[in-house]
Amino acid sequence: MNLHSFKRGVHPPDGKAYSNTKPIQILMPPQGAELVFPLSQHIGAPATAIVAKGDRVLLGQKIAEAGGFVSAPIFASVSGTVKAIEPRLTISGAKVNSIVIENDGLYEEIEGLGTDTDYTSFSKEKVLEKIKNAGVVGLGGAGFPTHVKLNPPPENKIDSIIINAAECEPYITTDHRLMLEKTERIVTGLEIIMRLHPGSKGYIAIEVNKPDAIEAMNKAVASKPNIEVVALKCKYPQGSEKHLIYAVTKREVPSGALPAAVGCIVDNVNTVLAIERAVAKDRPLMHCTVTVSGDAIKHPGNFQTRLGTDVAWLIEQIGGFKETPAKVIAGGPMMGTALFDLHVPLVKTSSAILAFTEEFATIPPASACIRCGKCIDACPMGLQPPEIVSDANKKDYDAFIKHNGLDCIECGSCSYACPAKRHIAQTLRVGKREAIAFSRNK
Amino acid sequence: MDLNKLPKLTVSATPHIRSKVTTQSIMRDVIIALLPAAVMGIALFGPTAALLIVISVASSVFFEAIYCKLAKKPSTIGDLSAAVTGLLLAMNLPASAPWWVPVVGSFVAIILAKQLFGGIGFNFVNPALAGRAFLMASYPNEMMTYPETRFGVKGILTNIDALSSATPLQQIKQTTEAIVPTSQDYLNAFIGNVGGCLGETCAAALILGGLYLLARKVISWHIPVFYIATVFIATVIINAIGGDSFHRVPVYELLCGGLMLGAFFMATDYTTTPMTNKGKIIFAIGCGFLAAIIRIKGGYPEGVSYSILIMNLFVPLIDRFCRQKTFGYVKPVKKKGEVK
Repeated sequence: MNLHSFKRGVHPPDGKAYSNTKPIQILMPPQGAELVFPLSQHIGAPATAIVAKGDRVLLGQKIAEAGGFVSAPIFASVSGTVKAIEPRLTISGAKVNSIVIENDGLYEEIEGLGTDTDYTSFSKEKVLEKIKNAGVVGLGGAGFPTHVKLNPPPENKIDSIIINAAECEPYITTDHRLMLEKTERIVTGLEIIMRLHPGSKGYIAIEVNKPDAIEAMNKAVASKPNIEVVALKCKYPQGSEKHLIYAVTKREVPSGALPAAVGCIVDNVNTVLAIERAVAKDRPLMHCTVTVSGDAIKHPGNFQTRLGTDVAWLIEQIGGFKETPAKVIAGGPMMGTALFDLHVPLVKTSSAILAFTEEFATIPPASACIRCGKCIDACPMGLQPPEIVSDANKKDYDAFIKHNGLDCIECGSCSYACPAKRHIAQTLRVGKREAIAFSRNK
Repeated sequence: MDLNKLPKLTVSATPHIRSKVTTQSIMRDVIIALLPAAVMGIALFGPTAALLIVISVASSVFFEAIYCKLAKKPSTIGDLSAAVTGLLLAMNLPASAPWWVPVVGSFVAIILAKQLFGGIGFNFVNPALAGRAFLMASYPNEMMTYPETRFGVKGILTNIDALSSATPLQQIKQTTEAIVPTSQDYLNAFIGNVGGCLGETCAAALILGGLYLLARKVISWHIPVFYIATVFIATVIINAIGGDSFHRVPVYELLCGGLMLGAFFMATDYTTTPMTNKGKIIFAIGCGFLAAIIRIKGGYPEGVSYSILIMNLFVPLIDRFCRQKTFGYVKPVKKKGEVK
C-alpha cells in the first residue's frame, strides 16, 4: 500500500493498546459536584460571563458570550446554581477567571435544545452562525474558534476539507473510538463543512495503526465519490496541520500562512462531531471525550464526560491509580501539559489524562551535544535545531529569526530523538517567545 | 489511594517521553560493531594485538578520568566515548608496536585533541586519528613496520616477490611492475590475511560491523557509500589521466589499507562530521578524493586517515552551507532599493 506521510519525524512507542479496544463510557458528574468553566478555553479573546452568582442555570444554557470575533461562547453542561465567578486553577497551571456551577443532578435542559434539524436547507451564513453559537472550537488542542476557520477570506478558494484522524500522539485513542462508534455522524459533519465550500473534496486521514477505523470509514463513504479515506504512515507529528496537509495533498503551507492559503481546511474528528451536533442536532458543545491511560491508571479507557468536570473526580470515578503516579499529563506525552494539582477542570480542548509511574516520568540528565544530527533528521519543519538552539542561548534573535526559528512547531521531536537528552524543544519554545518580543520592540 | 494526598507530581516541559537511544548506547553499539574486526586482528596477529587493544582502551579511559578529575568536571568515562577512542586507536596500530605507543597515542587523542577543546562534542578532529597522526610523525619506524599474519601467506601480493615492506599498498607504491591481483589476493584482503594495522586488514569483519551500525541506525549510509564509491571513481580517473605510469586496480584498492575502517568507523564520528545528509555527502566525496590522491601521488602509501583529518577541518564550513530546506520556506521578497 502506498502510504502518505511527510519527511523526517520520529516513532515514539504508541501506548495505544491500553485503551484502543475500550468503548467510550459516559460518565455524569453527581449531584453537588462543582463544575468549573474557565472563560478562556480557546485561542482569542476570553468569553464574557452573562450569569451572576446565585443564578439557576439549565443544561445547554449559554453562560458566557463570545468576547470578540475570534472567541467562543460557553454553555452550562449541567443544571444547577452559579456558586461563584472567580479565578480558578486550570490545566495550563495559571488561574483563569471561571464560572463555578454546583450540579443539582437534575440535568434539566433549556427549551429548544436537541431538536433534529434539516440542515440541508440552511444558508452558509446560518450554518456558520449555528457553529459559532454552539461554542465550537478546534478540539485537537489549539482551540481556534471553528467558525473563523471555516470561513477564510474569499481570495482563498477552499478545495480540500481534511478530517485529522491521524491521532499521532501516543496513548490517545478517542478519535479512534469515535470513528468506530460514531462513523456516520463524522461523515455527516464532514458533509456539512463541504457544503460550505461547494466543489470541495473531503478527506479522512487516518494512521494505519487504526485498521478497523480505516475499514469502518471506508465502508461509510463507499457511496460518496467526493470523500476519500487516506491511510497515513504511523509517524509523529503526522497530525500536525501542516504535515497532514502535505501528506494528503503534497502542498506545503508557506511559512507564516494558514492552511487556507493552499486551499485546505483541517478539523479533527472531535471537532467535526461538534459541528455535526451544532448544525444537525442544535446542541452546543457541552462534553468532552478523553482517554484516561498510562501505566499508573488502574482501568485505562475512553470516557465522555461533561465540560467543567474535575480531573481528580474523573480519575477516582474510573477506579483510580494502580500505582503512585509521579507525573500526570493533560494531553499526549509529546505535547501535553504536566499537572501539579489534579483539581483542575476538563475543558473543550481536553483529549487525554495520562498518569505515569516514577520510572516513566524520570527524564535522564542532559549531557553535552555530540553533534549526531538526530534532531535534524527528526525535525518535521526541516530546521537545524543545534543552530537555532545556539542562537537562542546566545540571545542572538536576529540569527534565530534568520534561521527560521519561528517556524518551529514545538512538536518535541528533537528532544525525543536527542541521545544526550538535551532540552532542545524547551530552549526553542522560550527562544521563540523571546525572539517575537525582541522583534516587536525593535 | 487518596487523591488529595498524592506525593508531589513531576512537572516538566514537553516532550514527556524520550527515545531509548543515549550517548552511551550509541558508543556501546560502536564497540560491539568493532568487535569482529578486533577479534580478527587478534586471530591474525596473535596475543600482542590483544595486549595493545587492552592498553590502548585502558589508557584512553584513564586519561579521560584523570583530566575530568583535574579539571573538576563530572567524569564522562561512563559515556564510553573514551573507550571507543582507545579501541579505534588500537585498531590503527601495527601489532608489533611497543606497549608505550598506544599510551602516547591515547594521551594525544584524549588530552590534546579532545579534552583541551572541551571534551565530548567539542573536538574538531577525530581524536583517534589525531593520536595516530602524531604517532606516525613521531615514531615512523614503530608505526610503519608491519608484522606478517600468522597464516603463511606473507600478507603481500602473491605474484610479486616480497619486498622489505609488507602491506599491499606499500608494495603497490614501490613496485614498477603491473599489479594483477589474483583471486587469492582478493580473498586474502577480504579476510584480512595481509599486512597492515591490527584492526584494518579484515574487510569482511569491518563491513559486518558497518552493517550492524547501519541496522542500529547509529550511522547513515551516506558517508560510507559516498566515501568508498569516490575512492573507486577517483582511482579510475587517476588511472585514466596517468596512463601507463599508474597501474592501480580500483576494486582491490577498496579492500586495502584502512578504507573500510575509515569509511564505516572514523569518517562517521558524529562530532567531527557534518550534521545534514547533504553535508555528509560532500564530506565523504572530499575524503574519497583526498584518500585516493594521497595513496597514488602522495608520500605515504595510505591516505585514509589524513583524508579524514583534513576534511574534519572543513566541517564547520560545510555545516554552514548545507542546511536542509525549511518546510514551507518562502524566499523573502526584496523590496526595490533595499540594501541588506
